[in-house]
Amino acid sequence: MKRSPREITGWSAAIAIVVIASLIPIVWIISLSFKDPSTIADGSFLPTKWTWTNYSGIFKQSLFTDALRNSIGIALIATLISVVLACFAAYAIARLDFPGKRLILVFALAIAMFPPISIVGPLYNMWRNIGLYDTWPGLIIPYMTFALPLAIFTLSAFFREIPWELEQAAQVDGATPFQAFFKVIAPLAAPGVFTTAILVFLFCWNDFVFAVSLTSTSKAETVPAAIASFPGASQFTAPIGSIAAAAVVVTIPIIVIVLLFQRRIVAGLTAGAVKG
Amino acid sequence: MADITLEHITKRYGDGYEAVKDLNLEIADGEFMILVGPSGCGKSTALRMVAGLEDISDGQLKIGGELVNDRAPKDRDIAMVFQNYALYPHMTVRENMGFALKLAKTPQAEIDRKVNEVAQVLDLEQHLERKPANLSGGQRQRVAMGRAIVRDPKAFLMDEPLSNLDAKLRVQMRTEISRLQQQLGTTMIYVTHDQTEALTLGDRIAVMRSGVLQQVGSPGELYANPTNLFVAGFVGSPSMNFLPGELADGVVKLPIGDVRLSDEARQDLEGGGGPAKGRQVIAGMRPEHFEDSGLVHDPPSGVKFPVTIDVLESMGSEYYAYFNVESGRVASQELDELAQDSGVGEIPHAGSRTQVVARLDAASTVKQGEPGELWYDSSRLQLFDPESGRSLLTHSKVD
Ligand SMILES: Nc1ncnc2c1ncn2[C@@H]1O[C@H](COP(=O)(O)OP(=O)(O)OP(=O)(O)O)[C@@H](O)[C@H]1O
Ligand SMILES: [Mg+2]
Repeated sequence: MKRSPREITGWSAAIAIVVIASLIPIVWIISLSFKDPSTIADGSFLPTKWTWTNYSGIFKQSLFTDALRNSIGIALIATLISVVLACFAAYAIARLDFPGKRLILVFALAIAMFPPISIVGPLYNMWRNIGLYDTWPGLIIPYMTFALPLAIFTLSAFFREIPWELEQAAQVDGATPFQAFFKVIAPLAAPGVFTTAILVFLFCWNDFVFAVSLTSTSKAETVPAAIASFPGASQFTAPIGSIAAAAVVVTIPIIVIVLLFQRRIVAGLTAGAVKG
Repeated sequence: MADITLEHITKRYGDGYEAVKDLNLEIADGEFMILVGPSGCGKSTALRMVAGLEDISDGQLKIGGELVNDRAPKDRDIAMVFQNYALYPHMTVRENMGFALKLAKTPQAEIDRKVNEVAQVLDLEQHLERKPANLSGGQRQRVAMGRAIVRDPKAFLMDEPLSNLDAKLRVQMRTEISRLQQQLGTTMIYVTHDQTEALTLGDRIAVMRSGVLQQVGSPGELYANPTNLFVAGFVGSPSMNFLPGELADGVVKLPIGDVRLSDEARQDLEGGGGPAKGRQVIAGMRPEHFEDSGLVHDPPSGVKFPVTIDVLESMGSEYYAYFNVESGRVASQELDELAQDSGVGEIPHAGSRTQVVARLDAASTVKQGEPGELWYDSSRLQLFDPESGRSLLTHSKVD
């Protein structure tokens, strides 16, 4: 189908507007992060006086570096455990017929939709009583509560797309069930697993509610929570420059990951396996 | 290399559907067995049970004399071509074809040699390093085929392996398969929809209908002695014409005239019991047993009858002549079912007129829309019971 030049112009304009609208806040925060503290409130879109001090500043504060360490550690561990467990669950859901299969998916979806804020209060009390308050597991566990259903849901959607006849073909070719899984199914499931892992990682990485309520010190505080408690240079200056720099620093890994794996995610790896 | 025996094999799927019912089939060592039947009759299911990909609900499956019902596919040593190919999308064509050999820990040099050899046979040499996603349907199907024939298994199972190839390639591959199977002497079960493949490739053909085996026999037997209407209509192309008839004294009264029964036919009818006279039958007449009466000199047996040809199709070496005869409806469940399976040719439909196809020699002088005279070789007449669909004859001539 060919589009008319008018249509193309129209679409291009619409896309440009959306892209610009969503990019402005990002550019703005990057711009803020390069502004000298004295010009931070000057209202100009681009910095009038460029500086790296905001960046060097935050990396000198243990508040930020500890938080960065906590963020990375907690998000990675939560992602790893959720994805591994979700793989097993999703495999069973995609492959086996058992009573209550739909119910599991419905529950998973319901839990993933649950507002996190509603369990923060009880968790706060419980964690303090059993000693999980302000620890890594204290965050990893609630993250998994939400990440697991999300992962199960997305992974089972991916697993359903895999042509399972390939497993049979492998078995006829003389493969043991393990060989069939690792040599044929696993490579095909990889893009789905990566995608799920990224989604789960993003969820853990971005969380603010749990981090700010269930941690209090650099022992377990993650970056989003730490940014909120950044001190200004003096009691009377707002730490806007540092906050902007920290925000940029925590956004970069996400962008890098997505760009890195984007092609693997998008590529339809199962194309050509079966007829039609 | 091994014989395969299916004893009372039944398959019930999870939803209670019986896809294969009490299937008994003995396939000798090195035999080329063809499985045919309309879509959904359970051919793939039967094949997949032999491969070990479907549980056998009932009955015994023996490969090489050993009971293998509960044996995993990998321990049955069979190679299979899947109906939907099931190629490994993340591997190249070369890796796809070499996968089984690699699993069997064959030395790499040996794998390469075999894969190259098979690629040459299948005309896939220039595609060895490509991925299945980038191949055409026919190329993919050949890769699926290659993946099976690089191996040296006890048996090959092929589920419509040539269905997606163009006519020329199909003929070429058909000869290749035939040559290969004879050379290796490996037992083969081959599912197909194609009449020519079935009749030319197989040592024997098994015809299935709704999960029930109808008849097993050599192509000649099935062609000459179909046990029932279904097999009669299914084997042969264009398919057999069916006309309602009535038995009378030594003749069958047909819409085209009275056809004299051969002595054998008369014996069969008498041996079968029942009142011969006045009995309603369905007569089966193959298109190739008609001829332009002008070309038949001093006919051994047969009837001549006048017709008006409605449509005359030239096939180059022969004509297909279509004409209508006044007749009652040929009612039979089996024929209705055949008609539904669009893969098979014309079946007479309800109404007072029945269309008949005749295959005439290219030298014929009949003209479309003009009256002419045709001849039918009455020694080839088939007779069926309208109720049961069963053949009333037991020993017709085998070509
Ligand atoms: N997993 C299943 N569960 C229930 N019924 C099934 C299943 N697989 C196949 N069937 C049914 O079993 C019957 C036989 O299927 P099968 O695939 O063996 O047909 P086929 O003879 O190979 O047909 P085709 O020529 O179209 O390939 C069909 O009616 C089908 O609906
Ligand atoms: Mg099939």
